[in-house]
Amino acid sequence: MNVRQQFSDRESEPVHEPFLPAVHPIEFFQRDRDMHPPAYAPGYKTSVTRSPRRALLSLQNSLSEITGPVFGQNDIGLLDNDLIRNYAKSGDPIGERIIVHGQVLDENRKPVPHTLVEFWQANAAGRYRHKNDTYLAPIDPNFGGCGRALTDENGYYYFRTIKPGPYPWRNYVNSWRPAHIHFSIFGSGFAQRLITQMYFEGDPLIRICPIVHTCPDEAAIDRLIAPLDVNASVPMDTLAYRFDIVLRGRRSTLFENRLEGN
Amino acid sequence: MPQSLGYLKETASQTAGPYVHIGLIPHQAGFDIFQNNFGNMLAGAETEGEHIAIEGQVLDGTGTPVRDALIEIWQANTNGRYNHPADHQKKAVDPNFRGWGRTGADFQTGIYTFETVKPGAVIGRHTRMMAPHINFWIVSRGINIGLHTRMYFDDETEANAADPVLNLIEQQERRSTLFAKRSKRDGKTIYRFDIVLQGDNETIFFDV
Ligand SMILES: [Fe+2]
Repeated sequence: MNVRQQFSDRESEPVHEPFLPAVHPIEFFQRDRDMHPPAYAPGYKTSVTRSPRRALLSLQNSLSEITGPVFGQNDIGLLDNDLIRNYAKSGDPIGERIIVHGQVLDENRKPVPHTLVEFWQANAAGRYRHKNDTYLAPIDPNFGGCGRALTDENGYYYFRTIKPGPYPWRNYVNSWRPAHIHFSIFGSGFAQRLITQMYFEGDPLIRICPIVHTCPDEAAIDRLIAPLDVNASVPMDTLAYRFDIVLRGRRSTLFENRLEGN
Repeated sequence: MPQSLGYLKETASQTAGPYVHIGLIPHQAGFDIFQNNFGNMLAGAETEGEHIAIEGQVLDGTGTPVRDALIEIWQANTNGRYNHPADHQKKAVDPNFRGWGRTGADFQTGIYTFETVKPGAVIGRHTRMMAPHINFWIVSRGINIGLHTRMYFDDETEANAADPVLNLIEQQERRSTLFAKRSKRDGKTIYRFDIVLQGDNETIFFDV
């Protein structure tokens, strides 16, 4: 069974017709579930009643999984990747000015161009602008805490923001989240859809965070930690952190693609 | 040690947390920041097809609505064509239909809604037609990795019976967890689709 047959909508096609990757796109690598957090991770208490307990049904990809929404510059605004300015009312927000930048790649090391990256975070004091956040730390009147960007043709994204603060949460009596930024990434197919969190190099709270440690794989946790990137910093202005994101790769069909000169 | 294949590893998932609304639907968090917002209206007046509403709740293992869930859907248009360059079926794209939307469950009732059109059937693997369906993706606090499932239509009896994905489900009675129930309210067609995260009626989730 070759890929062309799997996705062909023309049953009568002769089988010797050359495979055209552009016409018959291909499925994603299987997700490595041993590396991702399991649904049920009792150290993170909320997962106990929100975790499916039956086995996921494995589904070979069809068009429904290899396609996904396409976004363009019209979907976002000019200030959307500048969290220092996109909610500023009376001045700049309080806190450490930082740039977060990186590349969205797939498991084949191919850049993922023109894909939507969304991010949200607490302010410098660890407080979210959200009606359900009741932490006593102050709201910053000049900080919204969300933004978005499209990756460029090489898969790069960047945004400017304020370094978020750690905050307490109800899990154990004395649980604190390390400073983090939430990320949502689309990729080119709905099966690549991913939400994750970025942590900051050197934060001692990472080691004791129950949410970080829902992830059973220490190397995978390390890949969630953004290093300080002094070279990308703006002197006398803004420090930078680098956070690369990897989405699932698409299977390569060695013979067919090579024959087509790919 | 053998040579390294050199693949990168996928970035690990982390929960969307309780404040996912800030980033993805800031209006629901309680503020206005973007000029263009994504939402639950997939279809406008010009969109071709049978206009429908989808509504339901996400329920946890105790039967309690998950009131901070975020739900995204992705679907083909009325012709059964995805608005994506990888879909090469010889069917028309509807310029007024992207086929994607997102919404949050209501903070009080836990009810989510979408306004869309009923999708057409899409070709599946081995050229077997898939019954009309909508792809769902659910995240929230307490969900460590986004959950993929599909909504099928309970009035598509024949197409559902032949659907290659539904037929993968060994336990017949579990198939019904993927069927949305059609009804009429104020002249509007509504499909009810509840998603049960855990327990006896646990929805079938897919490892896609
Ligand atoms: Fe957070």
